[in-house]
Amino acid sequence: MPKTPTITGRAVPVRGDDIDTDRIIPARYLKEITFSKMGDYPFFDERFNSDGSKKAHAFNEERFQGARILFGNVNFGCGSSREHAPQALARWGHPAQPGIKAIVAESFAEIFGGNCMMLGIPAVSADKADVLALQNVAEKAPATEFSLDLESMTLKGGGLTVAVHLPDSRRKALLEGTWDSTGLLKANEEKTRALAGRLAYMDGYK
Amino acid sequence: MAQGTLYNKVWDAHSVARLSTGQTQLFIGLHLIHEVTSPQAFDMLREAGQTVAYPARTFATMDHIVPTTTRERPFADAQAEKMMQAIERNTRDFRVNFFDFSTGRQGVVHIIGPELGLTQPGMTIACGDSHTSTHGAFGTLAFGIGTSQVRDVLATQCLAMDSMKVRRIEVNGALKPGVTPKDVILAIINRLGVKGGIGYAYEYAGDVFDHMSMEGRMTVCNMSIEGGARAGYVNPDETTFAYLKGREHSPAGAAWDKAVGIWRSFASDKDAVYDDVVRFKAEDIAPMVTWGVTPAQSVAVGQNLPDPAATEDAGERGSLETAFKYMKFTPGQSLDSVKVDVAFIGSCTNGRIEDLRAAATVAKGRKVHPSVKAFVVPGSMQVKVQAEKEGLHEVFKAAGFEWREAGCSMCLAMNPDQLVGDQVSASSSNRNFIGRQGSSTGRTLLMSPAMVVAAAVAGHVSDVRTLA
Repeated sequence: MPKTPTITGRAVPVRGDDIDTDRIIPARYLKEITFSKMGDYPFFDERFNSDGSKKAHAFNEERFQGARILFGNVNFGCGSSREHAPQALARWGHPAQPGIKAIVAESFAEIFGGNCMMLGIPAVSADKADVLALQNVAEKAPATEFSLDLESMTLKGGGLTVAVHLPDSRRKALLEGTWDSTGLLKANEEKTRALAGRLAYMDGYK
Repeated sequence: MAQGTLYNKVWDAHSVARLSTGQTQLFIGLHLIHEVTSPQAFDMLREAGQTVAYPARTFATMDHIVPTTTRERPFADAQAEKMMQAIERNTRDFRVNFFDFSTGRQGVVHIIGPELGLTQPGMTIACGDSHTSTHGAFGTLAFGIGTSQVRDVLATQCLAMDSMKVRRIEVNGALKPGVTPKDVILAIINRLGVKGGIGYAYEYAGDVFDHMSMEGRMTVCNMSIEGGARAGYVNPDETTFAYLKGREHSPAGAAWDKAVGIWRSFASDKDAVYDDVVRFKAEDIAPMVTWGVTPAQSVAVGQNLPDPAATEDAGERGSLETAFKYMKFTPGQSLDSVKVDVAFIGSCTNGRIEDLRAAATVAKGRKVHPSVKAFVVPGSMQVKVQAEKEGLHEVFKAAGFEWREAGCSMCLAMNPDQLVGDQVSASSSNRNFIGRQGSSTGRTLLMSPAMVVAAAVAGHVSDVRTLA
């Protein structure tokens, strides 16, 4: 697993509290049995009318194309557990150089935050005033390069330096490159078997 | 930090190891899968040359994409058919238990787990679906996961988890007539908000839950996630054991007695410590209706809609304004005048036999308003059989409801059951998100099954307690 100490790039603000995963990716796109095309769909119904014409949305704006960091608000990614949502954000943009690599928001829904983690995407929180300031900088000066540093837990850019937060375990996993947990879990196969043997339901409470 | 709660006991009993990251490796006792969030996980196993570590602990069914008007294959929707073939292939290749149509046990994954007796107190339960919290009704630690985590459970029967806090939510006193478990959870979410539960498992306790049926408890736990809590549970008691006795996968004979003893021991201690305690008075709760685009944006039936201008927090005000704009409602208005186009009864929240009985009681001898399209979708094939045994289908059909086959249906509209344009639905499901029911301009009003029938009959939102 690649280690993820810093992520640098331009940012796209997606404003609003309680942006749910149905809004991030409508359910009809979950009928595909692979994630490969998810990059075509983020915020689809917020970006396009039913006749295909564009609506006003940051993801449609030329100035935010190629953004690497998303600035969201409160309870970002609430609702459905669909991993398709972070997959869609991560794969958005040009296939050769896709997508969102980090998300900064006031808070995250838990399952969404966990799903981001499984993809190696830091979903870090910051104070409301800081997030609003970051969104304003990205809006007014979209060429601004931001840099998220997981060693110092700061985000810098546009003259701002703000503190960001992430549970220690997640920070450590991203820094160590152990965020893809299968390997870690598999290493404890013996212990798993021993624990399973102690659980009464495993042999039908005999 | 919580101590001595059911959460603590289940967590400790399933902790395999502490990982280098500081997370806990948690053993998963029951893994449920469905057709939508599992195919990529099986592909990841194939790519890595891995097998399913404990195939006997994973149970599959299909619910999200199945049409509810026909069981005929191939499905008319080629994508849905392909998805069906994928789960058939995956469960066969990896030798995972599979409840398809031919077993008579297919249904919404959170309905069949309890109904088959697979869901048992003291277990950890995971599923690639956020409404896995439903199973907490049995005193389990049950939560939704993403597809990469589905892969982890398949490959290792474990997850890397951060611990949770525990909030005890007590509802004491007696509910007034006409107030249902759905109203209780909508009232809780209304007060605590859609993000109030982030980081918490909710423990539901007090008189109301002590006297609530298992099916009612499932409705409440189901919507924990709508309040931001990934898991919610009720401590196991005699009601739990009575429900489980004699179910297909429940222990029997001497094993039953042993199991009940173990199950009882998982209940929170009398002197358990909680991270937070919140209390509600049962008599304050009325039938609830959501009017906005989050499950917290609700009012007691008959109440007028709030005014965003009265909200101090700019973010919350923004959410309210978004909701009013999308729903095409006006601050201060009443919902009573809102015409309903579609009435939907079903889903993992309210698609069980008790829900259908409650709905049928209201529907009996009444007629669906001619401008309303109304349908009832049993949560499972077994619920359907039971309802037909009781003649509920005849009651619904006589009232003008369509009687369908089991599936998730219009809760999330990944199947032919969808709203059209800006239709308004009265829905017994769990989410009123923007575009949730299949139209990017469709409008959803969440309410109890009885209230859905009242709206279907009146043609507009209506208080079931005063239905003519």
